[in-house]
Amino acid sequence: MPDRRLTETAVTGTAATRTGTSFSPVSLATRDLHLSLGGTPILRGVDLDVPRGHTLSVIGPSGSGKSTLLRAMNRLLEPDRGDVLLDGESVLRRDPDLLRRQVGMVFQQFNLFPHMSVLRNLTFPLRKLSRLSREEATETAYRQLDLVGLRDKADVRPGRLSGGQQQRVAIARALVMAPRVMLFDEATSALDPELVKGVLALMADLGREGMTMVVVTHEMGFARSVSDSVAFMDGGRVVESGPPEELFETPRSPRLRQFLADVL
Amino acid sequence: MDQLGTLAETFFNWGSMRSAISDLLTTGVPNTLILSVTSAIIGTVLGLLLAVAGIARTRWLRWPARVYTDVFRGLPAVVTILLVGVGLAPQGMQIWGPDPYPLGILSLSLIAAAYFGEIFRSGIQSVEAGQLEAARALGFSYASAMRLIILPLGVRRVLPAWVNQLIALIKDSSLIYFLGLTAGQRDLFRIGQDSAATTGNESALVLAGLFYLVLTVPLTHLVNIVDRRLRHGRRVDDQGSGTPDSPSPSAPVTAPDPAPEGAARA
Repeated sequence: MPDRRLTETAVTGTAATRTGTSFSPVSLATRDLHLSLGGTPILRGVDLDVPRGHTLSVIGPSGSGKSTLLRAMNRLLEPDRGDVLLDGESVLRRDPDLLRRQVGMVFQQFNLFPHMSVLRNLTFPLRKLSRLSREEATETAYRQLDLVGLRDKADVRPGRLSGGQQQRVAIARALVMAPRVMLFDEATSALDPELVKGVLALMADLGREGMTMVVVTHEMGFARSVSDSVAFMDGGRVVESGPPEELFETPRSPRLRQFLADVL
Repeated sequence: MDQLGTLAETFFNWGSMRSAISDLLTTGVPNTLILSVTSAIIGTVLGLLLAVAGIARTRWLRWPARVYTDVFRGLPAVVTILLVGVGLAPQGMQIWGPDPYPLGILSLSLIAAAYFGEIFRSGIQSVEAGQLEAARALGFSYASAMRLIILPLGVRRVLPAWVNQLIALIKDSSLIYFLGLTAGQRDLFRIGQDSAATTGNESALVLAGLFYLVLTVPLTHLVNIVDRRLRHGRRVDDQGSGTPDSPSPSAPVTAPDPAPEGAARA
């Protein structure tokens, strides 16, 4: 059971967490989260609980605030009101740069550094942020690339990879920092249909192994079969949330019913 | 005699060229290089600072950068060189004596910085917002994300434009003759010009011009090679075929069979 002291030591990284073979996930929660962008309210009071090791899928129409919610969780965007609790502790009192090392994020557009090789995309943050030696960083990165099945692409630039491979590298880059929570922002939306499966399988494996995950997705199959709970967002609020069977079989709110009718 | 002969005599008189070549080589080339290389280095550093200031979130950095760029890019180079080189000469006299070079280099650097800064700024702004977001999500601070990722990435993209400006700088370095040079301080242009005045034809100046071309033309070709290299990485992955799924020849031989998609055991 990770205690607070562990939370802080993980910032510098321990040998065990650096390997990528073990991680110590924590719970994540939001409390009455409000956030406006350019005067427009995007989040209007979001309350969510993701217990340690759970996978929460966030679904909802575009513009409902799903991506903004993720960015508020790791403070890429600063909430106006409310709180985000990582392992029960408010993230707002912490150094955002140190916080983000513990919160992995995967983007729709992968956002790999295009001028670095696949290997260097992983070793660069390890060396600059975790201050690992070249040897340690390379070893850790190779091990992580093994786990996503892309060791043979280590010396290639991301531009040479398929979208699916790029996204798996991006997941590896996030995991190599030994995060305690993972956020996925429509990780498969930019992929060709035949490449979606591989990335979803990787995410599902990660969830099965006990990572705490928040997955913003349009993949209803994934939301339904892999997540422990599902939250439906609309208009900057969580309209309905619960176990996937419940949400998909017996949606209570008319808006969710309409949404499901539109996408399924 | 025909006009052609006169023209040849004016521009390509071997005797005039021969009398100028040793000065051009031993004095002109080193001086032109000292002037342009030093100002290029100072100008590049200043330009990077201007670029970062120009996109800063606080106006107290943005505005001064804007004004600086407008002034030094808007003034004719000669005006800047004379204002700095002559105007600051009394102060310079106390620090390094009557040598016009430090002030010449300073003025060339100030001008170059304005242009370099705009080039770098456009490069940095061409980097997708997602790159900064990804870097920050990993835990890089704004400053280190800029310095370690966004800046190198942006600068690479504008390398050809930077070289263009470098070429302009090499040519503009000839303008410091306005500050008055001793024999040993003369650059390519000044030597060619002096020699042309003595011999009564333009051949020495033509030769000086050829030296400029020898300096500038290879630069453009060099940058294209470097640019290609930076774009695609080292030669290693150029040999790999273009399809994403073909095995890369540079993969370490120790690699196990690629795990099936999604076989994460993180």
